[in-house]
Amino acid sequence: MAEPPVGTGTDPLPATGPAEPAGATPSPSQGPDRRRSFTGVVDRFFGGLSTLAALVLIALPALLIVIITQASWRAIVRFGPGFVIGQFWVPSASPTSPITFGAAPFVAGTLETSVIAMLIGVPLSIGAAIFLAELAPDWLRAPVASVVDLLAAVPSVVFGLWGLYVLVPYMRSNVDPALVHYLGWTPLFASHAGSQSGVSVLTASIILAIMILPTISSVSREALRATPDSQREAALSLGATRWEATRLGPLAYARSGIFGAAILGLGRAMGETMAVTMTIGNSDNFATSLFDPGQTLSSKIAINFGNALPLEKSALIELGLILMGLSLLVNVAARLMLRSMTRMGGSAP
Amino acid sequence: MTGDKLVVENLNAWYGKTHAVQDISLSFPDKRATAIIGPSGCGKSTFIRCLNRIHETQPKARAEGKVLLDGADVYADDPTEIRRKIGMVFQRPNVFPTMSIYGNVAAGLKLHGGYSHDEMDRLVIESLKKAALWEEVKEKLDQSALQLSGGQQQRLCIARALAVQPEVLLMDEPASALDPISTARIEDLIFDLKNQVPVVIVTHNMQQAARVADRTAFLYLGKLVEVAPTRDLFERPAEKLTESYITGRFG
Repeated sequence: MAEPPVGTGTDPLPATGPAEPAGATPSPSQGPDRRRSFTGVVDRFFGGLSTLAALVLIALPALLIVIITQASWRAIVRFGPGFVIGQFWVPSASPTSPITFGAAPFVAGTLETSVIAMLIGVPLSIGAAIFLAELAPDWLRAPVASVVDLLAAVPSVVFGLWGLYVLVPYMRSNVDPALVHYLGWTPLFASHAGSQSGVSVLTASIILAIMILPTISSVSREALRATPDSQREAALSLGATRWEATRLGPLAYARSGIFGAAILGLGRAMGETMAVTMTIGNSDNFATSLFDPGQTLSSKIAINFGNALPLEKSALIELGLILMGLSLLVNVAARLMLRSMTRMGGSAP
Repeated sequence: MTGDKLVVENLNAWYGKTHAVQDISLSFPDKRATAIIGPSGCGKSTFIRCLNRIHETQPKARAEGKVLLDGADVYADDPTEIRRKIGMVFQRPNVFPTMSIYGNVAAGLKLHGGYSHDEMDRLVIESLKKAALWEEVKEKLDQSALQLSGGQQQRLCIARALAVQPEVLLMDEPASALDPISTARIEDLIFDLKNQVPVVIVTHNMQQAARVADRTAFLYLGKLVEVAPTRDLFERPAEKLTESYITGRFG
């Protein structure tokens, strides 16, 4: 090899490598020795670099939690654990009520919108993924897939605007009345005075469902595409139809990937702020019906933060802390479920 | 027709523009194992993949010609029904990884439905016994199929194919991904199986063909060169080309 001497001489990397001083570099006189010591230094340099990167990645969230906790400390001390179940948000004292803050309606709003968004979005996304991965002819696959992926690139404020100017009026005049007509007898679809303005938990959930669609469908699509042909053929050779072969082969084979995709989507739905803020109606009351306006943790923060006094600000930041905790909980739960799913992948469907 | 289970007449198959199988006519007697040998790329896999119509599930693949199962044209019937009647075992064990051992064998039965619990249990056990796997798995039927070794997985695939009671069993180099001991077990198994169901086995291993097959067909460049009782083909090949191949002069 002719390169090593040149490399050692001109390459600035070893000189700046953090791990370099630790290395006992033997005096390089023979070619192979010299090369070995050179690659040793480079290896250690990159080893150090990636360790550093990993440490930063661990430190960042820790720092984030510390700072958010610090910023919300005032509210934490003042309201204690009751904050999580508190139902009222009264930023300034009035003759009827003292100042008080509670997170419950917003926790409920976040959970409600995410769950409904998942109920609408997951089947749609997986359906689209199956079509694109298994059924679509080649010439159709690429264009449709890129259109779906393009949805992920639309800024959420644009979704919000579309929601406000297109979806909200449509919900108000078409969807909501129809749902009330047929399902109004259930509490979930009950029509209250003042509801049916179009801005509601349901509208926000639909926007969320559209927003999580590209994430879930493209990750699921990749998982399905990664299924070896032999799995499809195994099913086909038993006399499966095309759909049965998809179910027995790719859909089962990729199920943990699809589950992971859904969790990614859920994470996005829980944290999404702008589009939700614009379409949910921003009411601090519990939304008992899907047509009621509501509020999520993130939309509450976005709406109130600008005009909040110090104590309210602290309470709003505590909402952020709760949102982080909630996301973390969902992710850990998902990971545990995923693990048990792959461990006892044995259970016959 | 003297007990020919499967008759192939003038079969042609293409992958895109590649004419992989060229005008092959061949018949497969009942209760016999027939081996198909030939160098890589001679069309032997494509040929048997046409017999259960799984060839046509690949993009740009097509086939023409006649395949008769008990005299009925395979290409005139519903392909899913044909694939149930003509089972297949592939080169690499392709168990369903999310299913249990039991679930794998029962997969085909569940697909077609109409089996009671007892019937299904009986067929699963029977198939596992036929595939010489029962003794090794009877204690752990509900465990994941992935826990089995490669050779066991391949026998599980054979059990899975047998469970739907096929009338013919196709095997596409079933031992090529296995170690010698597992290979020997599969070969023994084929030897026993052929008494119940005719077996068509593609192999690139001539010794294997000699060990398991009653008849052997030699394919070269998409054409059938020669078919004869295995012993005759290896000891007194009629064609010069066959002789060159089995004596190792090419391929």
